[in-house]
Amino acid sequence: MSVTPQGSPPARSSPDGEDDTTGVGSLSSAPERADVVSSAVDAAPPPRPAGSDMFGAARGGDTSGYGGLVRKKGLGLSSERPYGGWFDEAVDALKESYRGFGDTVTRVVVDRGELTLHVRRESVAALCRHLRDNANHRYELLLGVSGVDFPDQDERLHVVYHLLSMTYRRRLRIETTCSAEDPHVASVVGVYPTADFHERETWDMFGVQFDGHPGLTRILMPDDWDGHPQRKDYPLGGVPVEYKGAQIPPPDERRSYA
Amino acid sequence: MTTTDNPPDAYQASSRETTEGTVYTVTGGDWDTVLGANLDEERIVVNMGPQHPSTHGVLRLVMELDGETVTSARTVIGYLHTGIEKNLEYRNWVQGVTFVTRMDYLAPIFNETAYSLAVEKLLGIEPPERATVIRVLCMELNRISSHLVAFATGGLELGALTAMTNAFRERELVLDVLEMITGLRMNHAYVRPGGVSQDLPAGVVEKIRELLEILPERFTGLDKMLTGNPIWQARTQNVAHLDVQGCLALGVTGPILRSAGLAWDLRKTDPYCGYENYDFDVAVTTDADCWGRFLVRKQELYESLKIIEQALDMLSPGPIMVADTKIAWPAQLALGSDGLGQSLDHVKKIMGTSMEALIHHFKLVTEGFRVPAGQVYVGIESPRGELGVHAVSDGGTRPYRVHVRDPSFANLQATAAMCEGGMLSDAIAAVASLDPVMGGVDR
Repeated sequence: MSVTPQGSPPARSSPDGEDDTTGVGSLSSAPERADVVSSAVDAAPPPRPAGSDMFGAARGGDTSGYGGLVRKKGLGLSSERPYGGWFDEAVDALKESYRGFGDTVTRVVVDRGELTLHVRRESVAALCRHLRDNANHRYELLLGVSGVDFPDQDERLHVVYHLLSMTYRRRLRIETTCSAEDPHVASVVGVYPTADFHERETWDMFGVQFDGHPGLTRILMPDDWDGHPQRKDYPLGGVPVEYKGAQIPPPDERRSYA
Repeated sequence: MTTTDNPPDAYQASSRETTEGTVYTVTGGDWDTVLGANLDEERIVVNMGPQHPSTHGVLRLVMELDGETVTSARTVIGYLHTGIEKNLEYRNWVQGVTFVTRMDYLAPIFNETAYSLAVEKLLGIEPPERATVIRVLCMELNRISSHLVAFATGGLELGALTAMTNAFRERELVLDVLEMITGLRMNHAYVRPGGVSQDLPAGVVEKIRELLEILPERFTGLDKMLTGNPIWQARTQNVAHLDVQGCLALGVTGPILRSAGLAWDLRKTDPYCGYENYDFDVAVTTDADCWGRFLVRKQELYESLKIIEQALDMLSPGPIMVADTKIAWPAQLALGSDGLGQSLDHVKKIMGTSMEALIHHFKLVTEGFRVPAGQVYVGIESPRGELGVHAVSDGGTRPYRVHVRDPSFANLQATAAMCEGGMLSDAIAAVASLDPVMGGVDR
């Protein structure tokens, strides 16, 4: 950011995330941070590409001196106990009340005061039904379903559900993944009818097919549209604009500086 | 005249050969075979919109009618899809504000605040006290202007034309104040990650106090015009019923949920921006119909005035942007002859005296600040319900993914539940009481 590499903690310009073009595992930041503190040895810098100087300035014009350092990504670990707040109690209660917890929930991540359960894609609907109906949880409201695309992962398409318990005033995020070749996730419309529009939008934007949805059609894009626009390999598009004699390229072709 | 041998299709037109070529004779009149026994039914499919004065923008309703009763209502959206979420991924975090403000264009301050709160949560920073109070002040002003549009367009759609002209007139008073604060009537891009873009200008506090004097009278005028009006009552009472259970199943929040009897308001139940420090009531009724939604919105106008008054008292001098210069926008904005822009003093300083400041300015403006990797969800109470922002960062200077849970989008799903079985004219009242904003629905 500035010429000195010592960023203040919030706006780190430290190795964290520097040249992070992979995007791999960015959703697992909490365990990853803990991981790096304990095993900084693993974070060996990769070999420099030919033609770059010792500071890696050729890799994106970063002049802070840390351009060549890439933080090794965590392996998608769960957060460590205790999670703090109500999270321990809630996760324990779910473990106790939901028999398939071990097979269903692959990771429990607590980050920035938010609880995320990573769930196998075929079990999402069953888990949601339990979370809605069980007296210990009572997640009455589904606020939305949306997707995130990580093209470098095998299971690149992430589907995220935001649940709200009005009884306990708690929020919970459920996250599941699927590959682009087999983009099937169990639909939760049977549990939360509000998921109808949200799942249609996720299908439209990411190409995730929700099995069991009553009418999975495009919702924002025209019916005959090709492709799924929110995927990372779908170009933004646009045309160059001439302004006072200068050509301004479309946004996705402009210099990015980072 | 010769007909072709064994026509494969019963509806195929007959044809004959002439010297000019084949001439087909299309006669029609085969409706009996097409419709069969359904000919006696008065089943009509009405396609309302996307260009229709009473569908609140470019909403399209496809309704099947049996006589004048709606038997099936489907909503078709997407006519205002502008790819805001995709565009955000190609701009830095601060520039995102300029995009999100255009989503729900009647509640721009809410979009900006929700987005900024999400970015701040990712960064792990807290905006200064004064900035938060200014945000609350602007949000409540915006809530008033948004609810006034709900009355105006709702009134227009049900035939109360004077309510429309009057409510738009009062809204303009509020927009004047917002313009004074932010520079624009709408699409402000005023709330930024880390604070707000500039401090309150001189004289605005007095102007708001003036407004607090005027508005209650004006609200009473609207109240008198509509509440006791028998036509208004007949058009709204017991129309488009939706109870709490239906609301929760369909993900409906905001005034519609409160009109069904559940006092769920995030300002009380999950306070943000220091709303726990303000004294106000959550408007709630148990009517669960258009009338109840009208009463809730009306009550919220007065509650917003109460909050604005308290926010004015809470305003204390101080910074309006975080002190961290690695996040705060480097320029001091100032109002010049050609509008809001760089402060000339700041330009003089970075161009003439400090090379480091120039580099710093350049890096922050072109590249932006880095946001630690992770994901957050922030929900706030917009005039239409829970406005949620799910922001994902990969550690870079641009959002990896931002999804906005717009309340209008979720609330629109209640259209079928509210309209089916009712009259066609009540479908208009139902959509008006939902108060969807298509800019937010389609994003």
